Amino acid sequence: MNRFAHLLDALAYEPSRNNKLRLLADYFRNTPDPERGFALAAMTGALSFKHAKPALIRALIAERTDPVLFAMSYDYVGDLSETVALLWPAPQTERRNVAPPSLADVVHALDQTGKAQLPQLLASWLDDLDETGRWALLKLITGGLRIGVSARLAKTAVAALGDFAPNEIEELWHGLVPPYLDLFAWVEGHQERPKANDPLPFRTPMLAHALDEADFDKLDPADFCAEWKWDGIRVQAVAGTDEDGRRVARLYSRNGEDISKSFPDLMEMLCEPHFGDVSLDGELLVVIEGAVQSFGTLQQRLNRKNVTQKLAAQYPAHIRAYDLLAENGEDLRELPFVDRRARLESFVERLGQSRLDLSPQIAFGDWPALAQARRDPASAGATAAAEAIEGVMLKRRDCAYVPGRPKGLWFKWKRDPFNVDAVLMYAQRGHGRRSSFYSDFTFGVWKGTELVPVGKAYFGFTDAELKELDRYIRNHTRNRFGPVRELDFSAEQGLVLEIAFEGLQRSTRHKSGLAMRFPRIARIRWDKPAAQADQIEVLETWLDAGLRQRASSATYGQKTL
Amino acid sequence: MPVSRGKTSCFTLWSGIPRVIGVELTYLSGQMALSDLLTLTPAGLYCPVADVHIDPVRPVPRALITHGHSDHARAGHAQVLATRETLAIMGLRYGAQFCQSQQALAYGERVGLNGIDVSFHPAGHVLGSAQIRLQGPSGCVVVSGDYKRAYDPTCAPFELVRCDAFVTEATFGLPVFRHPDAVGEVAKLLRSCALFPERAHLVGAYSLGKAQRVMKLLRLAGWDRPIWIHGALEKITQFYQSEGIDLGDIRKVSAADRATLAGEMIICPPGQLADLWSRKFPDPVTAFASGWMRVRARARQRGIELPLVISDHVDWDDLCATITETGASEIWVTHGAEEAIVHWCQSRGLDARPLNILGYGDEEADTSSEGEA
Repeated sequence: MNRFAHLLDALAYEPSRNNKLRLLADYFRNTPDPERGFALAAMTGALSFKHAKPALIRALIAERTDPVLFAMSYDYVGDLSETVALLWPAPQTERRNVAPPSLADVVHALDQTGKAQLPQLLASWLDDLDETGRWALLKLITGGLRIGVSARLAKTAVAALGDFAPNEIEELWHGLVPPYLDLFAWVEGHQERPKANDPLPFRTPMLAHALDEADFDKLDPADFCAEWKWDGIRVQAVAGTDEDGRRVARLYSRNGEDISKSFPDLMEMLCEPHFGDVSLDGELLVVIEGAVQSFGTLQQRLNRKNVTQKLAAQYPAHIRAYDLLAENGEDLRELPFVDRRARLESFVERLGQSRLDLSPQIAFGDWPALAQARRDPASAGATAAAEAIEGVMLKRRDCAYVPGRPKGLWFKWKRDPFNVDAVLMYAQRGHGRRSSFYSDFTFGVWKGTELVPVGKAYFGFTDAELKELDRYIRNHTRNRFGPVRELDFSAEQGLVLEIAFEGLQRSTRHKSGLAMRFPRIARIRWDKPAAQADQIEVLETWLDAGLRQRASSATYGQKTL
Repeated sequence: MPVSRGKTSCFTLWSGIPRVIGVELTYLSGQMALSDLLTLTPAGLYCPVADVHIDPVRPVPRALITHGHSDHARAGHAQVLATRETLAIMGLRYGAQFCQSQQALAYGERVGLNGIDVSFHPAGHVLGSAQIRLQGPSGCVVVSGDYKRAYDPTCAPFELVRCDAFVTEATFGLPVFRHPDAVGEVAKLLRSCALFPERAHLVGAYSLGKAQRVMKLLRLAGWDRPIWIHGALEKITQFYQSEGIDLGDIRKVSAADRATLAGEMIICPPGQLADLWSRKFPDPVTAFASGWMRVRARARQRGIELPLVISDHVDWDDLCATITETGASEIWVTHGAEEAIVHWCQSRGLDARPLNILGYGDEEADTSSEGEA
């Protein structure tokens, strides 16, 4: 447990992805089985302990500390696991000279201990561990390590042990169980690749590069198919039959996370016998009476553990299919795109399901025609769905389905973002390499004579611009609140930032009542007086009108080919 | 109405023959009196009988100084009595003219001031730090200044002094603050250096005491490469070395050096971690040696990647233990998280009260809320 605790501790403070990978790889290399396997399970969310709840931990600490001192401490620290880890008194009875439990001990014991015995067991572990160990244990059992490590990153670190591509781990992953002895034995070269006996493997998706408009000179329209880029979440739906002949299915996110539980309505469809054994690549959307809903509506269905029938009926989930990766045991990924597409079309047609349809293709003769479709999807046949289209996708007709983000095969050409001129209001120091720079910016727009914050941006600027911004911030600070600086802003004074963003939503969280999607700094307007920044009405109008009519807005810069 | 006392600018007063005074003591039952030995004035703790302030926060005629941190040791007093090391540190920081006259008192040595027997005892906080004991006819008060009981190879260890009233700090006066062994924290720093040999390791540490303690602990842990320091640490570090504390090869970082210090250990004042200065180092790992690093949110707030829980103050357990061991029945808490420790004392039947002395706990200007912790 101690080694695992130290790893979590280091990861929690480490901002750089590469350094996190090194910490993880170092741990996996130097920690024996089965300990490292359970650590991998903890970080990939493969462990859950049903009886360990925050109330239990509160009860344990209440028996051991003065309530006034606990309240003062919790108030200061702000996190229950951490407060308890720090407050836990050294055992008063004779120092039990026992080694602290290993992670494997903890996992086994939690699995076999009933609710009634749990408090005593947990207390004895907390007695035997040091502060970091207690913190890690409490984080582990209450779920949600929140140390900035994704399942993907943990798997990437495992792959690095043996110089494998992370995708090779992904494809095996869902057939493996903690503590993953066969996986580690394989990546370290002691054993054959574990047999993929999972009927529902995840296949690493193929991703697109952003299109640079200069690329058009080098690309021949005849080599490409075009489709809409849908503003939902990319999913992989896999249906099959297990060893016992039962229908099984899984819905994966783009990162290979199993999100089946959130979508019982889709699972029902996938498990129908006539669905067949297939692996589909597609976009998860909410479709109501044929109309694709905005991403904001889709969010009602995301990250839910329990989905009521009411919710599923109110926001019906839908798969818009892009690609067919496997069918009845045949891996189709080596086939050219047009052949896979033909297989997909016949599959979707045969199925005749209202919850599953084809992503329509866009007919275009040359690049300007495609540009016109991108500019105005409704005119190119996307009438009922224009709001959920965030651009177009280009796919080479002859290319195989290549996991990862291969160059030159798939391109995404997003719609132009919204733009608004806002005033820089607050700045906060960044993390890691940026810890000496003010690099997190809160900006606002005018509401009458007052500026109201409407968002926060962390990127969109070059290193040189960051230095200039940093200098500006240091020289124009009005107030300091810990790591945050309040800048001098008024109608006469202030820095205008042109903010690009992908969407707007009503929000009760923000003072301005709205939230931006994916905001970033498009340009620093050193030249523009703060008084001339936009009014909040500009944003309100977009919200009211439905965002897609923005093309007529004055601040929207139209790019042409 | 203060005790009338001739303004004696005569320096020899410090070693004056004890004078028995009775009448003055009656005055001390006034509102601000903590006992008949000690009161609280706007300038800080004051012993009217001896006519001296202890660690005053504004200039006074006669001051006793516990240690050299700038929130306790200020310039501008007329006469100062402190340990030889503390006086030297004040001279380094404020220039030789930081007061009109000064006198050194060694640990354990006694001096009588108008019948009050004054002595200094090691506080274990930084080099030269002392607790000040005032013994009068009616009892004994110990003003601890800042203190710690944990291992520190760069200063004399804390000495327990029994007393009737104990004036304590409570910088880390919450039970969540339990400092681990500093040796283990330095091992953490060395492990990081081994894992990231191409990155510079930048350790923020307060310039008096903490920095030198980290250097010494690094040496004891076997780090034999040069230790690089920010210019602001130079004078105090040289003073430590001149006092016979072997810190090995210490080098000042010049602007040109910075880019070349991959894999090296650099110690700087904490404020420099977030300053432009730190940017030129190769992909620096920012570490901060402070008791505040015990709480994750505090470390994250400052953008620290490698928190090192190394403190020059007592943690909660040592604070409680010390209060108990002094045998004092009255506890006065100068600064820090007074509420919790006052609650703890009261729940044990001790008479405790917070003094809320303003001006303590801000050794480094840029970390005004955190002190030299």
